[in-house]
Amino acid sequence: MREASPAVVSASKLGLTFQTNDGPVQALSDVDLTISKGEFVSFIGPSGCGKTTFLRVIADLEKATAGTISVNGMTPEQARMKRAYGYVFQAAALYPWRTIERNVALPLEIIGMPNAEQAERIRRTLDLVNLTGFEKKYPWQLSGGMQQRASIARALAFDADLLLMDEPFGALDEIVRDHLNQQLLELWERTNKTICFVTHSIPEAVYLSTRIIVMSPRPGRVTDVIESTLPKERPLDIRETPEFLAIAARVRDGLRAGHSYDD
Amino acid sequence: MSGFKFSWQAIAAAVLLIGALFTLPIVEAGADAPAPSLLIAATIAALLFCAIVFDGSRLAAGVRACFLFVAAHLAVFMLMSEIAGKNGSARAAFFLLLAACWLLAWRCVTLLSSLRPANRTAKTALRLLIPAIFGAWILIIWEAVTRGAGIPFILLPPPSAIGARIANSLPVLAADVNQTIFKAVIAGYVLGCGAGFVTAILADRISFLRKGLLPIGNMVSALPIIGVAPIMVMWFGFGWESKAAVVVIMTFFPMLVNTVAGLQASGHMERDLMRTYASNYWQTLLKLRLPAAAPFIFNALKINSTLALIGAIVAEFFGTPVVGMGFRISTEVGRMNIDMVWAEIAVAALAGSVFYGVIALVERAATFWHPSVRGGRA
Repeated sequence: MREASPAVVSASKLGLTFQTNDGPVQALSDVDLTISKGEFVSFIGPSGCGKTTFLRVIADLEKATAGTISVNGMTPEQARMKRAYGYVFQAAALYPWRTIERNVALPLEIIGMPNAEQAERIRRTLDLVNLTGFEKKYPWQLSGGMQQRASIARALAFDADLLLMDEPFGALDEIVRDHLNQQLLELWERTNKTICFVTHSIPEAVYLSTRIIVMSPRPGRVTDVIESTLPKERPLDIRETPEFLAIAARVRDGLRAGHSYDD
Repeated sequence: MSGFKFSWQAIAAAVLLIGALFTLPIVEAGADAPAPSLLIAATIAALLFCAIVFDGSRLAAGVRACFLFVAAHLAVFMLMSEIAGKNGSARAAFFLLLAACWLLAWRCVTLLSSLRPANRTAKTALRLLIPAIFGAWILIIWEAVTRGAGIPFILLPPPSAIGARIANSLPVLAADVNQTIFKAVIAGYVLGCGAGFVTAILADRISFLRKGLLPIGNMVSALPIIGVAPIMVMWFGFGWESKAAVVVIMTFFPMLVNTVAGLQASGHMERDLMRTYASNYWQTLLKLRLPAAAPFIFNALKINSTLALIGAIVAEFFGTPVVGMGFRISTEVGRMNIDMVWAEIAVAALAGSVFYGVIALVERAATFWHPSVRGGRA
């Protein structure tokens, strides 16, 4: 069935080399990957494995230096110009001079949406992330978890089909993170978006994803692609099941194989 | 002495009071003046004595502060009326009593500072009252010392004479303020800050300006204003325009440098965010980079508010029509009208403070979100 859905992201032989003062650094090499509509794909790997770089190439925040990539059948730049995706960063990056409501409105203002429609969108997206009632608060009046939820609302505001999330919950404590993971799954189910999710955490990757891409550094490359066999309905305690643990073990093996621990 | 607890200010005041009693009378008996009244000296001494005892008592701090406030100021008022018309005739007792009054007022401020009132109005009143008492005592001591010791008028006139001069010369002062502040300073400030701001945005956009102009800018901002002012007078004439030109030169570069720095202040993540929205240059500028630069821009506006006033006043020393604050200072000092010079200084200080205060208030309203204003973490 997945084969029938159109490819949202399709990369072949993708490579990216940064020119630094210490000579060239190969951040990505030979990445072949196709992400279909409605998938939840996690990228996991140690620091420097290129998972964030890959996400930034999809978002046209970095340019690939080798191979090809298409987003919704276009180049990443065309896709960005058409606002094909919403991007959630490691930190909430909300503007402190804007209320939560105005922060969510920011992308809508930029695309020039009429005010009445903006208000409706803001109401709906804040409801999606359970922040109704906090419209008039400033970001610095909210907790870290609420700030990150507001930034997800902002990424959802113009209703792009693709959501790119770069370690969005990395800075939060585990209790908040569990809670937000659950909410993210619910949101994914309700909106049927395609989500690319970068993480450091094996349980988070296994819990959320339909597919897990294991990456390794120097140079950044894909070492394993794991299809999740977990059902779409996932209560938190699914993490205690043997099936879950088996997938987690395979991810861990993939990480170990791709990474030499001698250095 | 159980139940009494004396502060060091009260003890010192008591010592001074005893010393004063041995060096009476307060002022020299002049040939044509009536003999100094022992009754007044006794009243002052009694007031101070009561204040000292009261301060040592166990009454509430607020009540003691009120009593100290009344006693110290009443005593110093009587002391000043003793010296009135007899400048330079003060004896040791005068200065000892003055010091005692001052110590008790100090004690009063200490007590007031220790109060923690519950309601908001009282808190605000106290916050204003403490610096007001502090400032008033600077003037009282200035007045008492210049009158008591008979300091020559030309060296330092007493504040009452400066006040009287301000009250008598309101039309002249108003004309000077109008010429210097409402014409030269405001025009120069608006033009200088505006030009600095626009240039900063251009320099941010056009890299050759950034690389070429900024280093030169640092050099120009180091130009001595004393050297530039006469040239500006030659270029733009004696009117306020040449002073405005000096102000433009002084305010342009602080604004330029601060705005350029401010435009770099937004974070990478915030700028990447705007890029993911395919936001164009002007949208990014208006919605992200200028708001993020606001604390820097207001900093420049505050620095420039004082620079502009200094620039305009100094520039008027180099040629001006017969009006203006700098002109008045330079001519009145030559005519030995030192009280008028002080009057202009006082007006300039007041105008400068108001100017700065207004900008600081606007800043608080505009950058309420900045950690330095809301007093929170980043």
